[in-house]
Amino acid sequence: MIIGEGKPIQEILAMIADKKKILVVGCKGCVTVCSAGGQKEVEILSSTIRLAREKEDNPIEIREETLERQCDPEYLEQMRSYIDDYEAVVSLACGAGVQFTAEKYRRIPVYPGINTNFIGVTVEQGVWSERCQACGSCILHKTGGICPIARCSKSLLNGPCGGSSKGKCEIDPDVECGWQLIYDRLRELESLELFEEVVPIKDWSTGRDGGPRRIIREDLKS
Amino acid sequence: MPCTGKVDVIHMLRAFEAGVDGVYLVGCEEGNCHFLVGNLRARKRVERVKKILSSIGLESERLQMYNLSAGEGTRFVEIAKEMTEKIKNLGPSAIKLKKEKLENPA
Repeated sequence: MIIGEGKPIQEILAMIADKKKILVVGCKGCVTVCSAGGQKEVEILSSTIRLAREKEDNPIEIREETLERQCDPEYLEQMRSYIDDYEAVVSLACGAGVQFTAEKYRRIPVYPGINTNFIGVTVEQGVWSERCQACGSCILHKTGGICPIARCSKSLLNGPCGGSSKGKCEIDPDVECGWQLIYDRLRELESLELFEEVVPIKDWSTGRDGGPRRIIREDLKS
Repeated sequence: MPCTGKVDVIHMLRAFEAGVDGVYLVGCEEGNCHFLVGNLRARKRVERVKKILSSIGLESERLQMYNLSAGEGTRFVEIAKEMTEKIKNLGPSAIKLKKEKLENPA
């Protein structure tokens, strides 16, 4: 899922400093699961904003909503009937949701309430970790199900490098060496021949180097 | 509440929004929770709300968590007195003052 975390409250307060009536909109997708932008966080942020503004003798009216997803037009459409009553939207969706909301409602400013960090997993309650960088050309079948792009600090395709020591990465002793993980996993799978295979230079045009990406499925397109 | 573990961040914030001067949670002794970790969760939520209050310039001391057993009536009275004294020293909350000003503009 997409992992995010709440922005510092002072940053959000500065965005809405001149607003008197705003809409705080959460998303029931990824950001609910990582406790950054679901209904609970909408309530907490709204309450915090009201307290801060009340304290400054500058009260604000807030409507709280949480949409099923902010990355699909049909759910964004649900705000059509009331969005014009507000001066701004603070969206607690990921960067995609914030942008899609701004795209659909062009006459109202849409501000981000969270920082979008990475595509990752819930390691345990309250701990999330990066697993994928959406490079657009998956090689997990060659690397024991461990991504060298996301898990190696240098995104090496043929690792490890000289900075790997006792299974840890030179950038931080708490960061595991991605290529050590790959080696260990391939050994467990008795597939070490894959480790010896030289992975050719990657075509990064499927990643961000190819510019903004899109996928068109003619079989699904209306 | 059946357990302090049921107290959520928003419950504490709403109390401050309503204009209360202070909030304290009284949970069972740590290690004695019937639901195992309810009071530990409550403590973490209290810490989060304290940070939220500080981040917007409100005194985090207005919120406190205490742990004691149901049999400690005397300690409960002590805690109530301690908290009342602390809040009296802090004075009314800024939110309460603004609310009163709004209700009685004269």
